Amino acid sequence: MTDARDEIFARIRAALKPLEARTTLPTFDASVAIARHAQAMPDLVAAFTQALEAVHGRAFRDPTALAAWLRTKEATLGYVDPEVLAALGPAFATELTLETSFSRARVDDYHFGITRAAGAIAESGTIILDDRSTPVRLAALAPWIHIAVVPRSRIHACIPDAISALGDDANIIWCTGPSKTADVEGILIEGVHGPGEQVALIVDG
Amino acid sequence: MKREPIDQFAAKQSDERRTSVRLGSNACHEKRTQVLHEDYADVDLLRKLAGQIKQHTLEHLDSYLEKAEEKLRARGVKVHFALDAEAACQSVLDILQARGAKRLVKTKTMVSEEIELLPFLERHGVECFETDLGEFIVQLDADRPSHIVKPILHKNRREIARTFQQKGLGTYDDTPEVITRRAREFLRRKYLEADVGLSGANFVSAESGRLVLVTNEGNSRFCLAAPRCHIAVVGIEKLVPDDRSLSVFLNLLARSATGQRLSVYTEFICGARSADAPDGPEEMHVIFLDNGRTEVLGTEYREILRCLRCGACLNVCPVYRQASGHAYRSVYPGPVGAVLSPLLAGKRFLELADLPKASTLCGACAEVCPVDIPIPDLLVRLRNRGKQEGAPSGATPSLGGFAKLASMPIAWKAALGMGKLVDHMPRAVQPGPLRAWQGERDLPAWRGGAFRSWFRKRGKKA
Repeated sequence: MTDARDEIFARIRAALKPLEARTTLPTFDASVAIARHAQAMPDLVAAFTQALEAVHGRAFRDPTALAAWLRTKEATLGYVDPEVLAALGPAFATELTLETSFSRARVDDYHFGITRAAGAIAESGTIILDDRSTPVRLAALAPWIHIAVVPRSRIHACIPDAISALGDDANIIWCTGPSKTADVEGILIEGVHGPGEQVALIVDG
Repeated sequence: MKREPIDQFAAKQSDERRTSVRLGSNACHEKRTQVLHEDYADVDLLRKLAGQIKQHTLEHLDSYLEKAEEKLRARGVKVHFALDAEAACQSVLDILQARGAKRLVKTKTMVSEEIELLPFLERHGVECFETDLGEFIVQLDADRPSHIVKPILHKNRREIARTFQQKGLGTYDDTPEVITRRAREFLRRKYLEADVGLSGANFVSAESGRLVLVTNEGNSRFCLAAPRCHIAVVGIEKLVPDDRSLSVFLNLLARSATGQRLSVYTEFICGARSADAPDGPEEMHVIFLDNGRTEVLGTEYREILRCLRCGACLNVCPVYRQASGHAYRSVYPGPVGAVLSPLLAGKRFLELADLPKASTLCGACAEVCPVDIPIPDLLVRLRNRGKQEGAPSGATPSLGGFAKLASMPIAWKAALGMGKLVDHMPRAVQPGPLRAWQGERDLPAWRGGAFRSWFRKRGKKA
């Protein structure tokens, strides 16, 4: 193994040695990567909601409205991260069955999974999950409906901002709308392996 | 793969398939152009910046690769190096055997196609499943992907429905939604039963060691949520200097590949799950692969190593649109493949030396490339190399005779006059190659000498 490593490094150095001048790392302002529509977003919650809807996701501000929507989807049984139970309020407590531990043996039983988001990106309508906030990866993935609880102060404006806030979690995932494919004749189908509904519940804090 | 020149392959292709490829690639290209120009005032500025960052990384690859390795090791990731395809496959197998692992699920990764990992593992008794919908269908069909991003661009729904029926995934139904749901149901079991999830990486940040995976279907997340071990096989050219530059690449990649602003799932991974988390791999391996890349790095073709595998150059290429990906007889099709495949072939360069000729040099590929690779220049240099190494010229008529003719004024003048004869010559008595060429086309009326006589007369008038 060590031999292959040394050999590869030796080959790289030999390949680069004859180069007289090497390309320097360009200096650039991270704002060059910000898309036109994201350059001025005075209201991040509104911008995030709009972008999330553009990728066929949904945003809710009111837990009661979310609970009512779940009922229209006939989604009655779900997993919920115990840490966010309090934020959901009475509508969830009375009308829906919530489990606070996720059973790997019953992944298909859950209609929805409610997890904690580490943040969000307004520009793209992205929900950010990391292992610290969402240790149960399957709960945000296997049920048809995924609901992420997003504190409004954690909404980043744009992708460069979210990149600089990556932190040190070993596993971070950005989810931008429902899981989808266009492999069959370019026709868009949502809910391939992951959720068919990607929902953000925006809360104060 | 069958040795057949691109034009012959393309000519034999069914109309159905040609239509699938043409419509599919054109739709991708139009979406790309629309979203990029809607979102950025100067797309070229961003492309050139991305190209320069990648070029810089390649020209300092030793130090960046070392940095990434250090970061990953510090996070408890086991880092391996593989000189070639065989070593990489063996390395994966060794990890599986050490864990007693028998079942593997994988995400879509071009590098696994390049090293032919699945057939290797299956020969060694490992049950493997592709989980990207397109790749899954390719696997069921024992076919090959024909596009870097859209592996089944060449298939229509009827072919897929027939395959599903044959493989016991339900009765014939060609509704795309039904096809997708059936794959969802079938593969869900496979994720949960699998011992190992295998992926590639779109980028590796040297600064943090983070592997960045960009996908849409959620299959990659499943591969890294259910199984207990994660193996990533990554070409050494995937390095970028830092996290900060990822914002440039991520913004360009999805728009260039599928016309999305951002792909559905973007994962940043630099280690196994934490000890108290219930899901995710407890062990993570990264295998850095050379397989001819260092050789390319030392040549005038090194710019091709910037490639992000977005497929934009395929979608815009007039040759790809007619010929489809399989015509390129290699894992990487289209303009990028016409450069990369012969180079990565190493000693078998001559077998693929015809690929660089499968281009009109129209330059569209260079204009859409998110990392500004001068593909037409590289194609011309490769044609030159092919000629020098004695690659057969195939069906292309030799230009040697023309060169002689054009350098002797008397012969040239005579030929201009003689050419007129062809107009009056019945096809049956024309020389063989000319007759064959005219089988499907008509020669225009001979105009040889018209310019000279016009120029002569013009001189007299003045």
